[in-house]
Amino acid sequence: MSPANTDKPSMLKKAAAAKGMPMQNLEVDDHQVTVGQSFSDNAKMTMRNINVFYGDNQAIHDVSIDIAKNQVIAMIGPSGCGKSTFLRTLNRMNDTVEGCRVEGDIRMDGENLYAPKLDVVELRARVGMVFQKPNPFPKSIYDNVAYGAKIHGLADTRVDLDEIVENSLRKASLWKEVKERLHQPGTGLSGGQQQRLCIARAIAVSPEVILMDEPCSALDPIATARIEELIKELSENFTIAIVTHSMQQAARVSHRTAYFHLGKLIEVNPTEQVFTMPQHRLTEAYITGRFG
Amino acid sequence: MQATNILILLLSLGAVAFYLGRSRSLAIAAPLGGIRKLHSLPSYYGMHTALWCGLPSLVLLGLWLMFDQPVINSVVISSLAADITPIDTASYNLLLNKIDNLAQGILPRKGQSDSLIAAADHMVSLKQISRWSLTALSLALSTTGLFWAWRKIGSEFRARPAVEKVIQNLLLACACLAIFTTLGIVLSVLFESIQFFRSVPIYDFVFGLDWSPQTAIREDQVGSSGSFGAVPLFVGTLLVSAVAMFIAVPIGLMSAIYLAEYASKNVRSVAKPALEVLAGIPTVVYGFFAALTVAPFLRDLGASVGLSISSESALAAGGVMGIMIIPFISSLADDVITAVPQSMRDGSLAMGATRSETVRRVVIPAALPGIVGGIMLAVSRAIGETMIVVMAAGMAAKLTANPLESVTTVTVQIVTLLTGDQEFDSPKTLAAFALGLMLFIVTLLLNIFALHIVKKYREQYE
Repeated sequence: MSPANTDKPSMLKKAAAAKGMPMQNLEVDDHQVTVGQSFSDNAKMTMRNINVFYGDNQAIHDVSIDIAKNQVIAMIGPSGCGKSTFLRTLNRMNDTVEGCRVEGDIRMDGENLYAPKLDVVELRARVGMVFQKPNPFPKSIYDNVAYGAKIHGLADTRVDLDEIVENSLRKASLWKEVKERLHQPGTGLSGGQQQRLCIARAIAVSPEVILMDEPCSALDPIATARIEELIKELSENFTIAIVTHSMQQAARVSHRTAYFHLGKLIEVNPTEQVFTMPQHRLTEAYITGRFG
Repeated sequence: MQATNILILLLSLGAVAFYLGRSRSLAIAAPLGGIRKLHSLPSYYGMHTALWCGLPSLVLLGLWLMFDQPVINSVVISSLAADITPIDTASYNLLLNKIDNLAQGILPRKGQSDSLIAAADHMVSLKQISRWSLTALSLALSTTGLFWAWRKIGSEFRARPAVEKVIQNLLLACACLAIFTTLGIVLSVLFESIQFFRSVPIYDFVFGLDWSPQTAIREDQVGSSGSFGAVPLFVGTLLVSAVAMFIAVPIGLMSAIYLAEYASKNVRSVAKPALEVLAGIPTVVYGFFAALTVAPFLRDLGASVGLSISSESALAAGGVMGIMIIPFISSLADDVITAVPQSMRDGSLAMGATRSETVRRVVIPAALPGIVGGIMLAVSRAIGETMIVVMAAGMAAKLTANPLESVTTVTVQIVTLLTGDQEFDSPKTLAAFALGLMLFIVTLLLNIFALHIVKKYREQYE
């Protein structure tokens, strides 16, 4: 490990000491192996030995994990631990970041996502994404949802398109609120409605996996509750990976929880177990609010 | 004392006032327990004193300099002997000039009439009086102001809001100055144009199809009745501008898209300044480039394929003008495209859109108001551009929509009308003002239109 990377744990240690807490080793040792059940028999996506670099900076260290089909997996961890970076390797959104390099083997249904021949456009149609801040396009509600369908040629007629839009909005439980004003700008909706619009937009192209990067961090509690409800419903048909800062949210919506710390995957276990009997001392320190 | 000396004196008095005000406030604060007991910081008391010392006399100085010469002139002229009193404005100005030169000693006094010499002496003495009274008045005003403000300083005196108010009003005055200057220019053009429309009916000017502004200099001159139909000029202007925009909009927009969306940091850091060098080339250089290189090249090219292209074609002038405008459009468009939030692009890319789909369907629509605004500004610039068309577009006012022919533009005609010898009040000269007015109205309408479009889309999207 480079000297620059050892700074942070020592700072954490100091912080813990300053708060008058019992001195505890919060460093990640170099031979860290993920504890718990990283792998699944029913894997939709498999990741083996993933390393991600931004220039000379390594953001993800040797992460291996499976994402099970039709399940919700939550990634938790302190800020800067690499969970968003990890999420963005799954639909190759890191390609757009200059100087970003991904090593390792990522497969979806056995197909290598980083194969030179792979069509990124097709991949992103199969792996949808919802962002931290709602980002509806400056178009009407209808056009926002129809966007993906138009690009990928999913609708032959206007009637087909109408149907796709209506179904997606229904699935995102937004239809009732917007059916009267489909042709008004999507940016005119409230924050929670905008985020559900973005979810509708993502599911309109019928992806197999949906990635959510802190989808509720910009929303109020009521809007958050609606989105969480929605995530549970969607998990019946989709595989979902969600990054979240809220441990309660992870506990409420996910089947499995992965804990990241300083770019390393520390623990993966069924959600209930992570929050009741964490296997690793770092996970325990985090969920009991010792740091993060 | 000279006005510049007075100015320097006032500024140094202001500095002294600042020092005095500040030290008085400090002296007041010391027994009370430090500057925290004062209402404002000591520098605000200093500033307040300095402003009261300097501002009133500066205003006086400005007004005095504006009005003392005309007042002196009229006093001198009105006290002249009856035999040399001027009869019209022209001889009035001539006489004044003569007296002024005599007073300053530029014209030798020998051989001039006694009444003229007396007038010159009168002027010299008046100027002397004016200067001394200015000095005395402004010094008195500033010392009074200084003393008054200095007396007012106390721990309860609110110097900070007072200074803030003065600064706000100063800024307002500067803004007003710009507005009044514009208004003045517009009004002067308007009045000259009204004078022009007295000799040429406004209908003939706005809708006339024939432009030949030669008017008779002598009564008995033949064949130069003059006709002032502005339509061919505006058609020529629009033709050249259209050619320019035809070249500048696509190239400028696409280079902006490349720079903002595709180029790596390194390419961008080289290409953007290089493109902006184009904007730094003087228009005169573009002008002779158009006249000496592009126009003959186009003519020869046309000849080789059997097309007759005039050696002063709208195509050459418009094309070079388009190249000139490229950096204008590309840098404006680049700014608005970069301002589109990255989350929009991420959203589109994550839906599986390619980069060009993202640009076409999300980025450009989001940036559209800014882009349209930029294009409209560029059009206004093309319409008002002068140097290139003077050199490359020709003089003959032909009513044509063919870019291969020679046309002339409004700006070219204004230049030709106002260069060379002519009477200042002939319709030929005044026509330049009328053309200027119309040009101004056209650009104004374009700008309003652009603002309207920008506003409309903004309401829709934000």
